[in-house]
Amino acid sequence: MPDAQLQHTQTLIKMGQPEQDEWALSRIDDALPTRRPVIVPLSLWQANADDQALAPWLSSDTELSDELAGQLASAPLVAIDFPAFTDGRGYTLARLLRERYRFEGEIRAIGDVLVDQLFYMTRCGFDALALRDDQHLEDALRALGAFSVSYQPAVDVREALFERRLREGNGHA
Amino acid sequence: MYRYDTYDQTLVDERVVQFRDQMERHLSGRLGEEEFRPLRLQNGLYIQKHAPMLRIAIPYGMLSGPQLRRLGEITRRYDRGYAHFTTRQNLQLNWPKLEDVPQILGDLAEVQMHAIQTSGNCIRNTTSDQFAGIAADEVEDPRPWCELIRQWSTLHPEFAFLPRKFKIAVSGASADRAAIQVHDIGLRLWHDDQGELRVKVLAGGGLGRTPMIAETVREDLPWRHLLTYLEACVRVYNQFGRRDNKFKARIKILVKALGIEEFRRRVDAEWVHLKDGPQTLTQAAVDAARTHFVEPERRTVSDDAIAAFEKLRADNRAFSRFVTNNVTEHKVPGYKAVTLSLKRREHAPGDVTADQLDAIANLAERYSFGEVRVTHEQNLVLSDVPVDEVEALWGELEALGMANPTVGTLNDIICCPGGDYCGLANAVSIPIAQAIQERFEDLDFLYDIGPLDLNISGCMNACGHHHVGHIGILGVDKKGEEYYQVSLGGSSTDDTSLGKILGPSFFREDVPEVIDKVLQVYVAQRHEDERFLDTYRRIGHKPFKERVYA
Ligand code: SF4
Repeated sequence: MPDAQLQHTQTLIKMGQPEQDEWALSRIDDALPTRRPVIVPLSLWQANADDQALAPWLSSDTELSDELAGQLASAPLVAIDFPAFTDGRGYTLARLLRERYRFEGEIRAIGDVLVDQLFYMTRCGFDALALRDDQHLEDALRALGAFSVSYQPAVDVREALFERRLREGNGHA
Repeated sequence: MYRYDTYDQTLVDERVVQFRDQMERHLSGRLGEEEFRPLRLQNGLYIQKHAPMLRIAIPYGMLSGPQLRRLGEITRRYDRGYAHFTTRQNLQLNWPKLEDVPQILGDLAEVQMHAIQTSGNCIRNTTSDQFAGIAADEVEDPRPWCELIRQWSTLHPEFAFLPRKFKIAVSGASADRAAIQVHDIGLRLWHDDQGELRVKVLAGGGLGRTPMIAETVREDLPWRHLLTYLEACVRVYNQFGRRDNKFKARIKILVKALGIEEFRRRVDAEWVHLKDGPQTLTQAAVDAARTHFVEPERRTVSDDAIAAFEKLRADNRAFSRFVTNNVTEHKVPGYKAVTLSLKRREHAPGDVTADQLDAIANLAERYSFGEVRVTHEQNLVLSDVPVDEVEALWGELEALGMANPTVGTLNDIICCPGGDYCGLANAVSIPIAQAIQERFEDLDFLYDIGPLDLNISGCMNACGHHHVGHIGILGVDKKGEEYYQVSLGGSSTDDTSLGKILGPSFFREDVPEVIDKVLQVYVAQRHEDERFLDTYRRIGHKPFKERVYA
């Protein structure tokens, strides 16, 4: 019975604020849970794409083709899995979804989501962060604001710092 | 040299605050060792054999007087009064206390220094040519480009958890002094027929367990696309590099597995979307970076002074030796670049004491516009010394033990910290360097042997670049015993090649004797004025092997 193995996020941060999570998460490939709303593996979601109370999660090795991105456009949210916090592929997936495919819905980080990754995740376009259960909310909120300046353009800031400096005529000390 | 503005300063200051917070969470048990590990590594902090080790970045190898003095203070206050220059333009502290590291990073930030991304699976410190800006064969000063790359790669949100470490080197001269063919990405700046600056992009080089020479991804990238193209390369690596086996995770394995055509196709497919995006460089942005690397206000040196320098060189044998080996031509007549040798038997190659750091700061300010460069051969360079001051500088260097006239010779050994410090080592490396330096001390012999790169690594991670030494020595472990493998024929310059292993490995005490035999073959077989490397390439492996294993 897949519902028995559903996962529920204890700490969800959305757009920088803690929020009660209504979505459950299922990691079982071959059976659809009855609970709604629920995030399910991509293939299950694809097989039941007209159910608006289902959302897909992508494994970190997903190759994001034009076709897949087209399908995802109608998803209520897209989750990207971090099987280990050292697996950095999810950052690229999120940027591609936001920057190349203009996905405007929620992109949620799930799995091994730790406090010290949140700043980078946010820059790459994640707007929902489902923290691993042992992480502390107050540490997470502090870590989100770790840096007030970034060199590179990304999803949050579209201007490279070298351009901003020129625009502001910022003289070096 | 580059000076931080408020943005750069804010970023390093915030990095210190962030790391202090991470360290506190770690020490209080809220952040476990496994999760803390990549965070501390990306702040340069290793846990080593005897103590933690802190690796400090020296972007493209440039240091100012105040920075040198601060480094001296740090080694006194938090360490044992000395530090170690590495082969990748970094400085390592061998004995800091774990809990002091946030404070050390704070002290560094006050002089515009940091340890960001000096370790870990991220884009590392970008390295370059120690003679940047003064070499006669330079077509483009690589330092502004290195600085633009430093900024692009610093805290890059997408690339903090790559499959493995990622090293970039940049050369802007016709002779490669940055070893660009053995980096994950090597960049060579050149001008086309119209005088437009172009970038040759190499990928997939590297040393370590599976040494490889890089292949060309793109010959003629227009400069404005440099950062978007780098982003495409690293993105392809981040997505497709292997993560199942850390020994197969470097980009060189990916490039080899895909083949260079397929790798290029994927990079180009990615780049189509990034090209002309917000990271595209503009003339104004490059000019702004260049303003930090302007020519110093050099004085005119009279022809008489130049003649006097040449006369002294002809008359004084010791001075002549120093000039021949440790002084390099400068693009401006009347100026020279002077290399300070950090190779002497009493210390590990690349080590400096706190007092020497202070003294070097003073010399830099007195003789060379207050700047010092760090070389990948683990020496230092004063890049702008007028010829009529070289003699005085030489005298001061003698007193400091940094005038050893052996730069570029067999005595100028490149050597990793090895088993005396490093937790990964199979064997010690410093005592091997010292034994070789002791055996081949005679200057006439060293000069007779001529230019020779001897590189030593304590394990196959190859921090001592043994694969690209004309003679390479590698520490290996056989049933808990330390042995040494010798290879011949490596090179890290334009004619880059990887050394070939001579045969079964040797006991530690036999290594100097083996080197001696190798040199005997060279001396017997060389043509007049032929370098060791060229003789080896001409006559091949066999005569050396026969002599050594006779
Ligand atoms: S080559 Fe090996 S022994 Fe030497 S510093 Fe690197 S990891 Fe340590």
